[in-house]
Amino acid sequence: MSENGTLIKVDKLTKHFPITRGIIIQREVGAVQAVDKVSFEIRKGETLGLVGESGCGKSTTGRTILQLYRPTSGKVYYGDADLTELKGEELRRMRRNMQMIFQDPYASLNPRLTVGNIVSEPLEVHSIGNARERRERVQELLRLVGLSPHMINRYPHEFSGGQRQRIGVARALALQPEFIVCDEPISALDVSIQAQVVNLLEELQETFGLTYLFIAHDLSMVRHISDRTAVMYLGKVVELATRNELYTHPLHPYTQALLSAVPIPDPSKEGKRQRIILEGDVPSPANPPKGCRFHPRCPLAIDICREVEPEWREVAPDHWVACHLV
Amino acid sequence: MAESVALDQPLDESTARKGRSPGQDAWREFRRNRIGVAGLIFIIFIILVAIFAPLMSPYGYATQNNLNSRAKPMTAYTITTDYLPNCHWAGTPLEWGCTIFFTGSDALGRDLWSRTVYGTRVSISIALVASTVSLLIGSIYGTVSGYAGGRIDNFMMRIVDFLYAVPILPLIILMQVYFKALARQGVREGLTGAIIELNQQMGGMLFLFIALGALNWIGMSRMARGQVLSYKNKEFIEAAHMIGASNSRIIFRHLMPNILGPLLIAETLAIPGYIFTEAVLSFIGLGVNPPTPSWGQMISEGYQGLRSNPHLVLVPGAALTILTLAFNFMGDGLRDAFDPKLRGRK
Repeated sequence: MSENGTLIKVDKLTKHFPITRGIIIQREVGAVQAVDKVSFEIRKGETLGLVGESGCGKSTTGRTILQLYRPTSGKVYYGDADLTELKGEELRRMRRNMQMIFQDPYASLNPRLTVGNIVSEPLEVHSIGNARERRERVQELLRLVGLSPHMINRYPHEFSGGQRQRIGVARALALQPEFIVCDEPISALDVSIQAQVVNLLEELQETFGLTYLFIAHDLSMVRHISDRTAVMYLGKVVELATRNELYTHPLHPYTQALLSAVPIPDPSKEGKRQRIILEGDVPSPANPPKGCRFHPRCPLAIDICREVEPEWREVAPDHWVACHLV
Repeated sequence: MAESVALDQPLDESTARKGRSPGQDAWREFRRNRIGVAGLIFIIFIILVAIFAPLMSPYGYATQNNLNSRAKPMTAYTITTDYLPNCHWAGTPLEWGCTIFFTGSDALGRDLWSRTVYGTRVSISIALVASTVSLLIGSIYGTVSGYAGGRIDNFMMRIVDFLYAVPILPLIILMQVYFKALARQGVREGLTGAIIELNQQMGGMLFLFIALGALNWIGMSRMARGQVLSYKNKEFIEAAHMIGASNSRIIFRHLMPNILGPLLIAETLAIPGYIFTEAVLSFIGLGVNPPTPSWGQMISEGYQGLRSNPHLVLVPGAALTILTLAFNFMGDGLRDAFDPKLRGRK
């Protein structure tokens, strides 16, 4: 395990997107509760994996932590600073410490700029160095992510998906951040390329002591890369534990169902694997179920689950879960 | 090539191959489109004609003599001394040229060729100014509206909807009639006087500029807004927010270069419409002031004698047709080059 200092503390973070009606006078008729009262910590130098199915609010959580979306309520602390309070210039300065790697390498690079311009833009925005120094730094960054500095004058469309993702990584590293949110950085890539990018991220973490929030829906990839793993369902974090603990002793019924879906790369065992098949669909986040959000699909649900929202508590050292049955 | 160079060696900038930008790619694609290139070349030629009109016309566009009324093309007529000071071709006096009108003359004995050549000035300035004005206003308005989003967007777009509902062409006609009446009365004071004066200086084109610009920025702003909306939520815009780029930087460095292509194409394809609108307004007498030659006005003056003197309509009519076609071909070529998906099957 990494050193125990907390880098990011997320406290009851909530992000609701309003649903409006009306053409000229817009009324709020409801809200999509994308993220609802989520609390966790990210420790210095660790990788926190965040898994969950599509639409459960993983990406929104990452973006809200970085203040790309302003939270509806709740706090995000970076060290001692409360990011939700920061505005304008202060927030801009803070951005040097945290960066993001995006999911779609085809959409995350401006097609009209050269690689050199894309990677040096963070330096320009924060007025670091002069043109020549920036140019040198860009070449250094390109080497760092395994690209030839000769590619500095080329445009994004001349690169493959994996190379583009490396450019995205170089851009994120340009300001020497401590904390990087990786928003499904490999899900848009070929399987053969995924490993390369993940290895690159691991190498960079080791070299620069980076802290990652690694968002993914590929459970085995998260198992590989993360130190601790959080599981999200319908805007809530339902379970958070160290990697081995979570994968060997999942406590929440949703986590158990999720993990049972992972194929085992051994035909003799794979045949005996017990799948927990969940019934029904994920409810709409605009109108989440009362009580525990998982209860309509939970095979173990009892009366209290339908009425009372389970408390987020630490049931074993470093193992948090929100379930009445645990 | 890249593989042969050691990664840890300092880079000599000169060996780094320059990539091709999407714009350069589009230009290469455009050059392959023969009709589009022909259109572009013709437009450049017409712009040169407009700039060097005095060198390309043997007589002045306003020189007149009733003896030469409605001269047939290429026939010899008595050129009186009125014409002689202007009688030259590319600066050298023309002995023989001063006895004929290449394409005939109009009812007042003015050389039709010279008038057609000077007419390019009106058409080209309308094309360039009206398109620039509507592109500038429309793209800025639409970009701001789309980028701001929410209430501001709603408000700005309702204004556009409102303007769409106002019949602008009749409004322009009224405005023209009003200012022309004032000009006839000789109003010289205040803002109105200044506007009329400026309009006179420009041969009556100021109101055309205003009219066409006001008529067309609306559609352009809607289009710009649509483009911005389609790009605004792309991840590279989010990435720009993430590195702390300012709004103006995001708009001008990330949004504008991406949305400008389609807007430019739409604007190029709208230019024939501007030229036609000018011709229509001049045809009904609300365009440029006489004696400034405009193709629409020339057609209007010539069509009464269409049967006996068809050249009075055919010459400016042909010029108008070819120029609008050239803009259309160029616009089509540009569109195909920028958006290969729209290209017709070959």
